[in-house]
Parts: sequence; C-alpha cells; structure tokens
Amino acid sequence: MIYNIPYFAVVALILVGLYAVIFKRNLIKIVIGISLIESGVNLFLITLAYRQDSTAPIYHGSGSRIMSLPVPHALTLTSIVIGVAVTALMLSLIIHLYRHYGTLDARKIAEEEE
Amino acid sequence: MSGMSKIVKTISNIIFPFITIFGLYVIAHGHLTPGGGFQGGAIVASGCAMILVAYGSLWTMDKIKEKQLSILESLGAIGFIGVAFLGLIFGLVFFKNFLVNQDTIPIFNEIGKGLSNINTAGVLPLMNFAVGLKVIVGLFVIVLVMAYATRPNGGEIE
Amino acid sequence: MSARNVVAIIFFVIVAMFLVFIALMTHPFGDPGSAEMDQYIIDNTQRETGADNGVTSVVFDYRGFDTLGEATILFTAVAGVILVFRRLQK
Repeated sequence: MIYNIPYFAVVALILVGLYAVIFKRNLIKIVIGISLIESGVNLFLITLAYRQDSTAPIYHGSGSRIMSLPVPHALTLTSIVIGVAVTALMLSLIIHLYRHYGTLDARKIAEEEE
Repeated sequence: MSGMSKIVKTISNIIFPFITIFGLYVIAHGHLTPGGGFQGGAIVASGCAMILVAYGSLWTMDKIKEKQLSILESLGAIGFIGVAFLGLIFGLVFFKNFLVNQDTIPIFNEIGKGLSNINTAGVLPLMNFAVGLKVIVGLFVIVLVMAYATRPNGGEIE
Repeated sequence: MSARNVVAIIFFVIVAMFLVFIALMTHPFGDPGSAEMDQYIIDNTQRETGADNGVTSVVFDYRGFDTLGEATILFTAVAGVILVFRRLQK
C-alpha cells in the first residue's frame, strides 16, 4: 500500500476541489475549485503511464532503455488545453454577471432570479 | 488598466525578444526534443502578456486591433486542415504522413539523425508551426479582450 | 443545519469513500496492466514517422484526429470570449 502514494495525492486534490465547489458561496472560489479538480485528473492520467525504472519516450541515439507509455501523455496535453478554454469562458461570464447584478454571491443571484 | 513605471517598460523591452526566440525554438524542434506546438505557443503568449501588463491595455489596443489578430488565427487553422487534406489527395488516407518514406520529393525525408536536424519527420514540422501560430494568437487575444473590457471608464470593446 | 447542507455532506462523504476505494484497488504504481499498443508505438515510431519524439508522433500522426478536435475547442473559446464583450449595434 505504501507504493500507491501518487494515487492518494490525486484523491487529495480532487477532494479539496470538490469541497470548494460544494460549500463556498463566492463565484471566483467555485472557479478555483473547478481548476483544482482538472489538475487532479491530469495528474491521474500521468500516473497511469509509468513503468518501473523508465525514462521519457524520446530517442537520444545512444542505446535504449525502458520507456514509459506515450499515449496518456498525449491525452493529458489535450485535457490541459480544454481546461484553459473552459476557465477563460467561465471568467468572462462572471465579469458579465457582476455588471448585471452588482454582487458575486451565488445564493443572492439565485434568490434574485425567482 | 494603465501602464507601469519606466523601469518596468525598459526591462520588458529587453527581455521580450529572448522569450520569443526561445518559444519559437521549442515549436520548431518539436519532433526531436520535448515540446511541440502547444507548449511553445504558451511560452510566446506569456511573453506577449508581459508586454500587455507593462504598457497598459489602452496603449496596446490602439496599436493592435483584435480584428487583425483573428485573421492570423484563421490562417493557422486553415494551414492545419490544409495539410490534412493534402494527405487525403496524395495518399488516399485523411491525415496521412505523405512526405516520409518516399523518393520523389527529397525534402523532410531523413530518418534517425538526432538533434538539430529539422528535416526528419515528414509532415510533423508543418503541423507544429500551424498549431503554434494558432495557440499564440488565441491566448493573447483572450487576455487582451478581457483586460480591455474591464478598464475603469469603459464598457465593451469597439 | 438545513436540508441542503445535510444532502451536501452525505454526497461529499460518499464520493470520498469511492475515491479512496479506487486509490487502494488499482494496479501498483509502476506496473500498467496491458501495454501492447504502446509497445508497438515505441518500437516502430522512428521507422514509420521519422520523429525522435514519441509523444509528438502520437499527438500528430497516430492520433491526429484528437488534435483536430482540440484546435476546434481553442477556436470556439476565443470566439466565445470576444462575443461576450461586444456592444450591440443600435
């Protein structure tokens, strides 16, 4: 069980992000929580790609060693770019909401909508 | 947002070419060393964001309109899809690497030469440049529009 | 202790137990289960694509279609950000 410590780091990141999304009222703190969940998922994808005593999957022209799997690295690149796009759109929508309602509290905006 | 003092502007002027050259190096050698289109594009975009922070959003929006920048981003996307369609015309498969392992066009055809040899991997360097241009302009336009729309006395853009 | 808070706490505890169960029951760190596709890519990437970088050859050559979708997402995000801040022509 001591060898699964990277998986416990992933679980800690996702739980902290989920706590910020559920229990906080400020809109900016909710966006920070969503960004933390995305970081946890990227770390999980990279942790799945490791072999024992392996190096990066790049040839140097001098001998060959064991290499880690290259496909999860490619999936993580796509996931990082998607995270950037979603965060940019969320922040611009928060600026628009603040101009219209005058407050950044999620409960007050929901009560004003009814 | 307004600009910063003269010391910050001078240091940004000195450092900006080095950051741009390093980012273009990471984009160009994407098939030999760790890096590629997305990583190098993020490096150059952060250098451009440093210029935006040092000079203020009003001055930057006067020099560069975002309509001219969106033409550059469309050029990057058209280049990427154009190379994919050329693979359909010359190799009968969408996205086929049609410049490697063939003898008619000797550009981009060598295999296994190692570092600092750019013509090794067929279609990959062209795709790296197209995606790198798209990422540079896209990230810089996002930061510029969000900084200009929240200036103290204004509303929206244009 | 309104009803909303009780439901939120129960949901959080269930998700936490599920995640800890996943962290204990996966493969040990450093021993992926089955890797035949990745072993084929590592062995044949220098001969078939001519690139030294395995990750770039997977992103642009073996799985180029995912990169096409990702470029579309970047374009849509930039278009959306510009659209939110545009003044309506009166």
